[in-house]
Amino acid sequence: MLEVCGVASPEELFSHLPEAVRLARPLNLPPGISEYEIVDYFRARADENLAGFTSFLGAGVYRHFRPVLVDTVVSRGEFLTSYTPYQAEIAQGTLTTIFEFQTMICQLTGMDVANASMYDGSTAVPEAAMMAARVTGKGRALIARSAHPEYREVLRTYARYQGMPVEEFGYLSETGTIDLEDLERKMDSLTGAVIIQSPNFFGIVDQVKAAAEIAHRRGALLVVVFTEAVSLGILEPPAEADIVAGELQSFAISPSYGGPYAGIIATKEKFIRQMPGRLVGQTVDSRGNRAFCLTLATREQHIRREKATSNICTNQALIALMAAVFMTVYGKQGLRELAEQNLAKAHYLAAKFPPRFQGKFFNEFVARVEGRTPEELNRALLKHKIIGGLPLGRFYPELADSMLLCATEMSRRTDMDALVAQSATLPAAKEVLA
Amino acid sequence: MITKVRNHPSQNEALLFERSSPGKKAYQLPALDVPPVDAAEALGAANVRAGIEGFPEVSEVEAIRHFTRLSTWNYAIDHGMYPLGSCTMKYNPRINELVARIDGLAWSHPYQPEALAQGSMEVMARVEAALAEITGMDAVTLQPAAGAHGELTGILLIRALLEKRGNPRKKILIPDSAHGTNPATAAIAGYMVQNIKSSDTGVLDVSALDQIVDRDVAALMVTNPNTLGVFEHNIIQAAEILHKKGAMLYMDGANMNALVGIARPGDFGVDVMHLNLHKTFSTPHGGGGPGAGPVAVKKAFEPFLPAPRLKRSARKWTWDYKRKHSIGRVKAFYGNFGVLVRALAYILAHGGEGLRNATVDAVLNAVYIRKQLEPYFDLPYSSPNMHEVVFSDHRQAALGVHTGDIAKRLIDYGFHPYTVSFPLIVHGALMIEPTETEGKLELDEFVGAMISIAKEAETEPQLVKNAPYGTRTSRVDEVAAARKPVLRWKP
Repeated sequence: MLEVCGVASPEELFSHLPEAVRLARPLNLPPGISEYEIVDYFRARADENLAGFTSFLGAGVYRHFRPVLVDTVVSRGEFLTSYTPYQAEIAQGTLTTIFEFQTMICQLTGMDVANASMYDGSTAVPEAAMMAARVTGKGRALIARSAHPEYREVLRTYARYQGMPVEEFGYLSETGTIDLEDLERKMDSLTGAVIIQSPNFFGIVDQVKAAAEIAHRRGALLVVVFTEAVSLGILEPPAEADIVAGELQSFAISPSYGGPYAGIIATKEKFIRQMPGRLVGQTVDSRGNRAFCLTLATREQHIRREKATSNICTNQALIALMAAVFMTVYGKQGLRELAEQNLAKAHYLAAKFPPRFQGKFFNEFVARVEGRTPEELNRALLKHKIIGGLPLGRFYPELADSMLLCATEMSRRTDMDALVAQSATLPAAKEVLA
Repeated sequence: MITKVRNHPSQNEALLFERSSPGKKAYQLPALDVPPVDAAEALGAANVRAGIEGFPEVSEVEAIRHFTRLSTWNYAIDHGMYPLGSCTMKYNPRINELVARIDGLAWSHPYQPEALAQGSMEVMARVEAALAEITGMDAVTLQPAAGAHGELTGILLIRALLEKRGNPRKKILIPDSAHGTNPATAAIAGYMVQNIKSSDTGVLDVSALDQIVDRDVAALMVTNPNTLGVFEHNIIQAAEILHKKGAMLYMDGANMNALVGIARPGDFGVDVMHLNLHKTFSTPHGGGGPGAGPVAVKKAFEPFLPAPRLKRSARKWTWDYKRKHSIGRVKAFYGNFGVLVRALAYILAHGGEGLRNATVDAVLNAVYIRKQLEPYFDLPYSSPNMHEVVFSDHRQAALGVHTGDIAKRLIDYGFHPYTVSFPLIVHGALMIEPTETEGKLELDEFVGAMISIAKEAETEPQLVKNAPYGTRTSRVDEVAAARKPVLRWKP
């Protein structure tokens, strides 16, 4: 090969680089190690994470069982090691699964069209806000304080540099649902997007219809966000929304310390051309057989460049495939049963931990911690190998005495009973009072 | 002659919705160990949906057959060479998949207490340190989810620093050879895009750059090596021109596979750059993601990096949220952790020397292809290439055969096509990137196929124009798909 290349050594291949840019020393990284040592290294790191705890954390990332079929399918090299399906003739596998994925997301959300995925739920929110701005010609966005705090932070980062003012509206302290009067008050003729989450960050089924009515009356689009996709197995889909921006982590995607997950944007047919992200469409091949291909690419950066609807290129295809396999395995009947189990478990727990808000909740709820701070309770629980709920003071100073508790089909009754028992034994509180 | 493949039957398969029948199921749930709850009562009757209309109902065997059959309709790196230029389709080691699925990592929740996440945080710290060493930069954020997301983060960092200095400025300069994500990113970050022409040799024209850069220019976004696979040898001068006028140099690290261990952007004047871990660092493309797009910066930008930042205090890792100059979050939580685990496995397996060897092999492979194919295809730029080579269809187009046709014919020969019609500065581009993955046998097979197609273009152009023939799906009508979009199945 060197002879064909006309060089005496591989080093000569780099001789055209200016001396000043060349790295004159080896990289300061340890020598390569074997497979066995790599596994050992990561097992050791996993042990430092102290696995084996029972957890009641939700807050946008949920512990759901991952059906075995999911990894079986996504581990197939044909899916794992292929590229974005630009060459349709040899990518019908990926293209067909994405088409099915788009269809299932539509069925689930009540929308007409869904894209092939966004990075995650948090980045789907600014993409939805920018899309609403394109549709309405109005750049201001109003987002509910009861939407995921980190999603709101991401929206602010994106909006800040685009002359897109973002304001928040409140929630009602009795019900935990959005404050419609506050929303009404903050609406103006420059608002293009009203963004709410349902079930919201407090786990409460929020007022999609009422929010839609207010948004539409003032010429804005309603964006409905979801973080707990399993809820759609039992909850009425947000059909009044103009855009649905969601996170599919619940569909067989491991928590994996925050990613990779898969977001989606779904919308009404009339807004298709303003959508961000890839879309797969049905067509035929030259023999007349049904075939699929990437389509409407004139919205996308590789064609439209600075006029594109988004800069997104790589998305979360393999993760979306996990979600597609999950939806297939559970199917019509299973997703309902799964949602019912989540509902039952969370309500079992809530009977022992009275919820702070009266709103209807799905599989997580806010509970007030009596006699000590949620952080103190959590420290006590850790001694019993229990990770309690998420203390809310970090995101909501007014809820500093509360935590967000989540129960899923993986929360066993015995574990919930242990949580209740350990939370009730209150030596710390007595000491504090004394 | 086609030597790499021959046909065998592939299974037909209907869509899930077409093969569903009521009552079939592929799931099992444990018996409920708490009292059931009446949904209408718990949620309000108006909030409870009827069944999900059209949702699949198949058995477990049907489910696995469905996805397995579909998978066989894909080409993949595991089948053979995947020479997509700019995409760095290298082998995805399976050890990466195994370690990413270790329970204590895969099931770690982003909100679990820091004391119970030290292993995950250590992994991230190690990735940050390795990428800083590889790029010669001072600090790294792992938050961005993919390359374009990293670009956006990087440009926002530049904007934040310039704003702090009193003026965010108005324009981003982008060479005409750039990836489409660059101008799209600049626009999202609130900048105007000014395209600049490459020189006759396909690189930055520094004297022209000197004329263009003024106090309105925030940064130049440059890919190095550029999309022709050519190293921007004037990069140090370009950086000086920019820095003299208070502008920044942003590097798109999509082509970093040509530089690891050889040259470091931090040493040649780059201020901010992103990396694509799903390219250079072997994490799988998965049919279009997930990726990870870490951003590496010089010291001056560190205060602006997305919050939270990893911080070492008293022998343990913590997350530092108190960062008043931060541009804010670009993503919930901390980044695509599972992708970072895979990339670290790759870095550990190779070590410093192994990473450099990979680069050398990647460049050797690309130069070898260039030398072998130069007699048959037009090479519009003769500058020395690195990890990829770009030909044009100039000669074949004269016979009515275009780059897209050659690409489709390559499928019949058992290869995935190269990147078609990009970069835009080459008319009818064939952009070929073999990566270090390929050995001489596969490369020779590829070269043979390309030469054979070049000959077919001369003797039987129609044969090439109507390809592919050997695939279960023949040429797909993309125009019809866009004209009347059908984006979901309906009964």
